[in-house]
Amino acid sequence: MMPDLGKYADAVLSSYAVSLVLLALIVWLSLRRSKRIKKELEDIESKVKSHG
Amino acid sequence: MSLNSLWEYANPKKFIQTTDRVLPWVAWSAALTLLVGLVWGFFFTPDDYRQGSTVKIIYLHVPAALMAINAWLMMLVTSLVWIVRRHHVSALAARAAAPVGMIMTVIALLTGAIWGQPMWGTWWAWDPRLTSFLILFLFYLGYIALWEAIENDDTAADLTSILCLVGSVFALLSRYAVNFWNQGLHQGASLSLDKEENVADVFWYPLLVAMAGFVLLFIALVLMRTRTEIRARRMRALLARERMGA
Repeated sequence: MMPDLGKYADAVLSSYAVSLVLLALIVWLSLRRSKRIKKELEDIESKVKSHG
Repeated sequence: MSLNSLWEYANPKKFIQTTDRVLPWVAWSAALTLLVGLVWGFFFTPDDYRQGSTVKIIYLHVPAALMAINAWLMMLVTSLVWIVRRHHVSALAARAAAPVGMIMTVIALLTGAIWGQPMWGTWWAWDPRLTSFLILFLFYLGYIALWEAIENDDTAADLTSILCLVGSVFALLSRYAVNFWNQGLHQGASLSLDKEENVADVFWYPLLVAMAGFVLLFIALVLMRTRTEIRARRMRALLARERMGA
């Protein structure tokens, strides 16, 4: 299944590895911040409501 | 859709309601398209007769470079909307896009260096396209730092919009550098409307799918991050109001 990359295997595989890691990183950081901010806002809004 | 109805989405509440429905579709389409494009390109395309298997790097390098430039141009448009119409969502969308654009620039620079080493015999050269891309990366860093450094959201949006206008020169330069200066190691644009100059069909079709995947991923991330910025802005406003009331 794995294609024969010949003498350039290191270059091709490291390009894919570094790119996929960076893409995964930006997706993960965006999701994590999205969840954190959403929860913090909900907490503050409920606090503000309870204070009238 | 008329221009008037388009401005409705500048309302933060309306933007969040709409993206609630749209975002899952865009995100899953991005994941699927990216997967198909990269698997097709990596596993099912032949080696190039000159570049050997390194041609497989094209499915990452070209879409990332394309998005690095177009992310900045998208920020330019939303910054102009902020300057002219003072819609907060547009300023926050520019802010949301910057880290995504910066990651795309880093991917383009790194894959370019890794590709360049076996082809040119060097990781880096002060070539017009490479240098303008490095400057674009520094503009992304500066833009993100400026947003973080200024506490007042409106002032930050004003100053970053001006920085974005200045940086647009380099975004365009990095696109057309090869045409302006007919020198350097980097070859001309890989993509062309001229069939003779464009990459061969066997590489072109998976590249097209990979580019669509990167575009969809960029849209999904910017929508999600803009929602986060809208919520963060509301949170700051509520906290400020509470502090004033205390």
